[in-house]
Amino acid sequence: MFKSLKIRISITVIVCLAALYFLIPTFISDITSPWNQFLPKEKIHLGLDLQGGMHLVLEIDTDKALEAMMERTSNDLKESLMESKVRFRNVEKAKGATISLELTDAAGKTALEKVLKDSYPDLEIASSTPRDSGQFVTLKINDKRAVDLKKLTVEHSLETIRNRVDQFGVTEPEIIPEGDNRILIQLPGIKDPERAKNLIGKTALLEFKIVDEGNSLDEALRGNIPEGSIIAYGTREDKSSGQKGRVPYLLKNKTLLTGASLETAKVQISDRFGEPHVSIKFNAQGAADFDRITNENVRKRLAIVLDGVVHSAPVIQERISGGQAQITGNFTMDESRDLAIVLRAGALPAPVNILEERTVGPSLGSDSIRQGIMATIIGTILVVLFMIFYYRFSGAVADLAVIINIFLILAVLAIFHATLTLPGIAGMLLTVGVAVDANILIFERIREELRTGKTIRLALDTGYNRAFITIIDTHITGIVAAVFLIIFGTGPIKGFAVTTIIGLSASLFTAIFVTRVIFDYVTWNFNIKKLSI
Amino acid sequence: MSMELIKPGINLDFVGKIKYAVAFSAILILIGIGSIIFHGGLTPGIDFAGGSIIQVKFSKNISADQIRTALKSTKLESSIIQQFGVNEFLIRTSESFSDQKMLAANVEQPLTTAFNKDYEIRRVEVVGSKVGADFKRKAVIAVILSWLAMLIYVGWRFEFRYALGGIIALVHDVAITIGAVSIMNMEFTINILAALIFIIGFSINDTIVVLDRIRENVKLNPKKKLNDIINISINQTLSRTILTSLTVFLTVLALYLFGGAVIRDLAFSILVGVVIGTYSSVYIACTIVLLFENLKLSKMKGKK
Repeated sequence: MFKSLKIRISITVIVCLAALYFLIPTFISDITSPWNQFLPKEKIHLGLDLQGGMHLVLEIDTDKALEAMMERTSNDLKESLMESKVRFRNVEKAKGATISLELTDAAGKTALEKVLKDSYPDLEIASSTPRDSGQFVTLKINDKRAVDLKKLTVEHSLETIRNRVDQFGVTEPEIIPEGDNRILIQLPGIKDPERAKNLIGKTALLEFKIVDEGNSLDEALRGNIPEGSIIAYGTREDKSSGQKGRVPYLLKNKTLLTGASLETAKVQISDRFGEPHVSIKFNAQGAADFDRITNENVRKRLAIVLDGVVHSAPVIQERISGGQAQITGNFTMDESRDLAIVLRAGALPAPVNILEERTVGPSLGSDSIRQGIMATIIGTILVVLFMIFYYRFSGAVADLAVIINIFLILAVLAIFHATLTLPGIAGMLLTVGVAVDANILIFERIREELRTGKTIRLALDTGYNRAFITIIDTHITGIVAAVFLIIFGTGPIKGFAVTTIIGLSASLFTAIFVTRVIFDYVTWNFNIKKLSI
Repeated sequence: MSMELIKPGINLDFVGKIKYAVAFSAILILIGIGSIIFHGGLTPGIDFAGGSIIQVKFSKNISADQIRTALKSTKLESSIIQQFGVNEFLIRTSESFSDQKMLAANVEQPLTTAFNKDYEIRRVEVVGSKVGADFKRKAVIAVILSWLAMLIYVGWRFEFRYALGGIIALVHDVAITIGAVSIMNMEFTINILAALIFIIGFSINDTIVVLDRIRENVKLNPKKKLNDIINISINQTLSRTILTSLTVFLTVLALYLFGGAVIRDLAFSILVGVVIGTYSSVYIACTIVLLFENLKLSKMKGKK
């Protein structure tokens, strides 16, 4: 390789200094200017298992988003068909993301096809069977469009969750899409995991609906729900007993306005009771709609529904023109703050399911760091002492190489913003044990060569050369195995594989190159009669 | 005078004792299988089975029974409660607490009622059953692919019969380590998966060293019987086989003793794997190589 000892010494020194340089921010936390501008900014990033925090994997129910879209489309389609004078009955959202309808005369199908072509290019006829004098038709979204919509849903959800987390105020959150419809969220240092989960996972679909007062609620509760109406529930707390109860409402199914028309939402404290509530302001279009809706429905009750739960249903006293409204309902301060955040960030386009959750408290994290460092120090000392005990001077050379190796692992982690986890620390410690193995292989070979009567220089040469290819083999097998762990592993355990891979790669440099430099330096500059090995 | 664990001229008859080794390995594996059957299969951790783990630390002396009493008539009633350090416990249930209010209602409230605020929830892990099944499949694939990769690499670098010996030794190591996990009645967690893959990557090392020497000696003495060459090679590399495993053993021991309860299962499995892996590199790998050779010889004789 490099014959010149000077060049090899320079390489060794430069690599060591570079490693130390990149580790300065990790080991020295406060560096005053003007010095800090010359230094790297990145510390070693600690995994959630070490610094505490929450790891979530969410699944976005994209099928539900398609179904909701078809539900809306079926209402629009009804109107379009009436406008086009197509004779039909029973347009409804059917199983899965499909719409079913009956066409009542023979010419219906051609007319329907025309309506679809003109106004609903995403829809196509999935099946049609003759029924009576007409046809029974099922519509579906065409496949390509469905894939696009699902993708869009995931992107939109990701965006919304990012907004929410940003407004919640978490330092260095990580929100990454995973696979087709999963989102990985890492929130370091979260104090109240339940609240964070609630904030992220809430669909936050805000809807305004008119209370159906023309029909009997009791009759509806008995099962006779009038066409175009639904039953929804709200909660009510009895002020004196503190007991919570469910209150049913009969609402007109049609949603008049949604949270999508909001401009902003903020927490306010009401004057009379000092209770927090969320005050919302509509955007221009929303305000105009709200103005029209309140004007058309004076004296009726307007239900404010969040994720299907009726929060309040005040009577509209008069037309409201300012585009302002309030959401009240026994909120704590935190709850109203979170509600304001989710309303500002917007509704999730689809419900999310939590697939995986791992929360580590800060005290366990710091315990793990302490124990991990302790184990690493003790393990390293054991190996260092053993090597000196067994190989004397040569052992000390190998020890130096191993210590350089540890610093290289840490430096590479810092440079590439990789995450150090508890299994990662374990991997680093194991690498110490494996890295000296390369030197053991070399030293044992050198001993063998010395026994056959070779000179020190020749024995060194042969020892390094013969052991070299075996060391490459053993390192490659270790790295290959670790790669499988990265591919198939999850969470902190990947850190184990990462440090192992970095450590083994670094060991090729430290255990072979660096130790050789030291041996060459010593044997070339001092007249050594007997190698301490 | 340098330290020597193994004297240079050593000549132990390893090959002659192969049948004892095979019997020994078979017994170890059978004990492992017996334990797995006795325990009704491996106990998968929540990563593979789905479920929840709640790690709680108390500021005073509490017994697992007290916790069980406190959790009576909650959804955690039938959960497994195990000590996890000083005044620290794991509450494990097969239920996945994906609902936000479940934890508060089933853990925090009953614990607060029973122990006031003298406890801290230090870790909560919830894995849905769907994800668990996914991990299980991935774990099996990861182990099998690791074996295959080693087979291909060693086969490419050496010869197929050598590679086969190495891989059977690795399967042997993994089998015995899993057996040990079962005997200790430990859960099969993702940490143990990592340990198995580490063992696969590490245990092949000693095998490579021996195989390398066998190949070198075959070249030097083409006339010698393979039995003798293998025996000489094992003896020549014996000290490095033991020493390289010893250094790794020392680091894992430190990890096991001082690394904390969270990764103790990982450390334990690697401890077992390193010891078994060293033994199998000498015995199992070489046995298979010999077996293959004898098979080939007897076939050739049959043809004559």
